[in-house]
Amino acid sequence: MNEQQHLDTLTDIKRMMERSTRFISLSGLSGVIAGVSALVGACLAYILLRDYYYEWDVLGNHSREAFLHLKVRLVGLALLVLLVAISAGCYLTWRRAKKNGEAIWDGVARKVLVNLAIPLAAGAAFILGTLYNETPILITPTCLIFYGLALVNASKYTLSDIRYLGLAEIGLGIINLFAVRYGLYFWAIGFGVLHIVYGTSMWLKYERKAA
Amino acid sequence: MNPIGNLNKIFESRIRLGVMSVLMVNEEVNFNDLKEVLEVTDGNLASHLSTLEENGFLKVHKGFIGRKTNTTYSITKAGEKAFKGHITALEQMIKFSQ
Repeated sequence: MNEQQHLDTLTDIKRMMERSTRFISLSGLSGVIAGVSALVGACLAYILLRDYYYEWDVLGNHSREAFLHLKVRLVGLALLVLLVAISAGCYLTWRRAKKNGEAIWDGVARKVLVNLAIPLAAGAAFILGTLYNETPILITPTCLIFYGLALVNASKYTLSDIRYLGLAEIGLGIINLFAVRYGLYFWAIGFGVLHIVYGTSMWLKYERKAA
Repeated sequence: MNPIGNLNKIFESRIRLGVMSVLMVNEEVNFNDLKEVLEVTDGNLASHLSTLEENGFLKVHKGFIGRKTNTTYSITKAGEKAFKGHITALEQMIKFSQ
């Protein structure tokens, strides 16, 4: 046994400790795709809102029906964006795990998902409450704050960088609470711009070398 | 002083050292997760686990999830002490040879 072998053993120990506690296959590119789909979604939402307010202001058609129609379309759009982001994320993470020979569904992945899901479920209930109480203006700050809390909570079991993304989302959500009229812009920054910035920096930091 | 004597013979096996590393940082780990992290076969892992158990380095809990058996492992105080001693010995050997 020489010095190099001892160093290798220590590196091996460290690697196994990390592998068994942190889910590291999360792909940075999935962040970029989530960000881009959020921005596209935000643009479409902007158009829907602009058309609605054009009719409301200029043409004077402010019926309950038109407003309900707008709400249904916006919720549908949001769900579509979510679906695109999640499926791209799952696919890219699965591809990366496969390439690195890592297990994608192990005890650690379960911990990440459970810790993400708890604040997200609370947030979803809260949003249903804001819709029920007809205070839709609170939806974007709620999305941002609860999503940020979910990321901070899950960061213990995955790349620790995600903690900073979570803190940024929480901060943005809190500012948004005091500027509720600009919800869509905050939403576009939080889910679009921040994801693209985070995803790109993660990709440069962890994946470019391997690719 | 020659620290070679402090290296623990039981941890000469890469798999046994791996099991201990995983258990040091996780409260409880089940058989399948250990198998995946360490990339070993059932039989191989089982024999190393029983060696560690015989030496009092780990505790075995046999439980059930529904009808399926779910065996989990956790580290004992003695196991923690032995592992830390082994790491210290490795560090000393590196310093010693520099």
